[in-house]
Amino acid sequence: MTPLLSISDLRVHFPVRAGVLLRHTSAVKAVDGVSLDIAPGETLGLVGESGCGKSTLGKAVVRLLKPTSGTIRFDGMDISQASQRSLRPLRRDFQMIFQDPAESLDPRMSVRSIIEEPYIIHGIGSSTERMQRVNALLDRVGLPLSSADRYSFEFSGGQRQRIGIARALALNPKLIVCDEPVSALDVSIQSQILNLLVELQKDFGLSYLFIAHDLSVVKHISDRVAVMYLGKIVELASAETIYRDPRHAYTKALLSAIPSPDPKNRREKILLEGDVPSPIDPPAGSAFGHRMNHPRYEESIGLDLSLKEISPDHHVAADPCCLVEEDWKRLQSGPANIANRPS
Amino acid sequence: MNDSSENILEVDKLITSFETDRGLQRAVDQVSFVVPEGKTVGIVGESGCGKSVTAMSIVRLLPQPAGKILGGHVYFKGHDILHANDAEMRAIRGGEIGVIFQEPMAALNPVHRIGRQVAEVFRLHQKISKKDAWDAATEMLKLVRIPAPEKRMMDYPHHLSGGMRQRIVIALALACRPSLVIADEPTTALDVTVQAQILDLMERLQSEMKMSIIMITHDLGVIAETCDEVVVMYAGRVVERASAEEIFANPLHAYTKGLLNSIPTLETPSKSVLNTIPGMVASLADHTHGCRFCQRMGRKTGGMRERPGFAEVSPGHWVETCPECTSNIEHRT
Repeated sequence: MTPLLSISDLRVHFPVRAGVLLRHTSAVKAVDGVSLDIAPGETLGLVGESGCGKSTLGKAVVRLLKPTSGTIRFDGMDISQASQRSLRPLRRDFQMIFQDPAESLDPRMSVRSIIEEPYIIHGIGSSTERMQRVNALLDRVGLPLSSADRYSFEFSGGQRQRIGIARALALNPKLIVCDEPVSALDVSIQSQILNLLVELQKDFGLSYLFIAHDLSVVKHISDRVAVMYLGKIVELASAETIYRDPRHAYTKALLSAIPSPDPKNRREKILLEGDVPSPIDPPAGSAFGHRMNHPRYEESIGLDLSLKEISPDHHVAADPCCLVEEDWKRLQSGPANIANRPS
Repeated sequence: MNDSSENILEVDKLITSFETDRGLQRAVDQVSFVVPEGKTVGIVGESGCGKSVTAMSIVRLLPQPAGKILGGHVYFKGHDILHANDAEMRAIRGGEIGVIFQEPMAALNPVHRIGRQVAEVFRLHQKISKKDAWDAATEMLKLVRIPAPEKRMMDYPHHLSGGMRQRIVIALALACRPSLVIADEPTTALDVTVQAQILDLMERLQSEMKMSIIMITHDLGVIAETCDEVVVMYAGRVVERASAEEIFANPLHAYTKGLLNSIPTLETPSKSVLNTIPGMVASLADHTHGCRFCQRMGRKTGGMRERPGFAEVSPGHWVETCPECTSNIEHRT
């Protein structure tokens, strides 16, 4: 199947300016060479610690940010350098849901005008038609019709997130980037929103790029999961595989850190020292090997640390610091040195 | 109530209200629980269920002038500290009872160096010279495993990462070797990896310093990892109380079950329909006097106009006895 979204070697760097003349001294390499595909109807989960670049990647995908280099193909068309004007008609097809619906909904607009706005911008329907569509959307996301004439701040967090979802759905998009859509919500409300997202996906054949730091939530909703560390994808596999059989040391550490909701089954934790290093001046070799003070760190400098296929559809960074010896050897010798994109 | 000699803290029928435009509203409605010595007690519930207000009532850090404690007792080491005066309370807070707040950036003063802030705790609670306080503070940073503590003492809070800041807040709370620590969502703002570090640190310090902990969180995973006893709160009341193992293995109240069932675990099948609790917590002013969970579920509470009782159904396992919400008690006893 041709992918709906295909990102190749994407980089998003932010300039750091310093000194009196605000000279461009260095760059924050927030996203540094990421390649990913999302198939129609698929959910790709993206996990990683704060500051690893996952939100930046999400924003670049819907072109709220302009990538420094690399390509983003959406439905076959390269949108990575497209102008805002030429993007506008395309934006119908990719929408975004934000973490904090309180900050992404205009407090001076009624719920109706918030959901109606995309139709007005794209010149769709007469005012009666728009009204009918807004009502249908409210109903679809589980909000009473009476909420249309109220303001977003009158609603609870979960209901606000439903408004955000209704707005994203308005133009029948093909892809929705969900940036931490449930992390601000209580567990009981979180499960309501997750159920809604799964239902909508089935009904409309949506694809999701689902960004979250809660690994149990990501496992629940994703078909495949990408683990991001310091601007790079370090492991990519089906949700089932990545949780059952993680190969990268960082993925293993991340999974072991999830608190288990069963007091009799406390997992042995791999405690990481320190925090994610600064993306301004990332280590030359393996970023995670550097954090772990790995004895083979020197060896990793200058190596190609990009994703390799270790078993069918399971991709992991070829990094001597982060793989067990057996896996590392297999990647070195195996014929499976296919590029990092599942076909 | 249990034998008081084993309990460092006993909260008995605590009532806390807030002055609002719509009159006095009860946020905490006769909450009772105990904290055994050296143990960790978790308070769990959704936002707005009164867990933080309960904890802040214990140390009397309620928003003023709106927050008022209107009844009940809080026995700390046998003394009712609800009747302590402000000076006594200041000595207890930060001295005998340490508090760890959720948002470390809000708990630290952005314009003072870390060293000054940690040393200040020693200066306030102990007769100690500036130099000795500074040394004690450095020692404290070492204890919470901050690398290069001498250097960090000279930093400002914004120089540090979220995890490091939370370690500083823990250092502040533990400086005077308190016997009770109240941790209000200590890891909610942190990444899972950093959360694991902080929880591990708290566990180690707990066994080193022999302290009791009240852990307030909405994360049942954190509860399962750290707590000995669990108090489940809903709409200002305790609906269930038991050991952590018992709560997870044998929840009795419909609300506890709802909470436990709504979290996706690594074992739940992908994209399956998760259990949800319909509706949301009613606002304070709309709370019924009868069973509040029935109110949320939209059940006509029938005969239950009165507040449901709170009974011990098996040793150490207490539950609110609303017939609608705890249907399987009869089967058990």
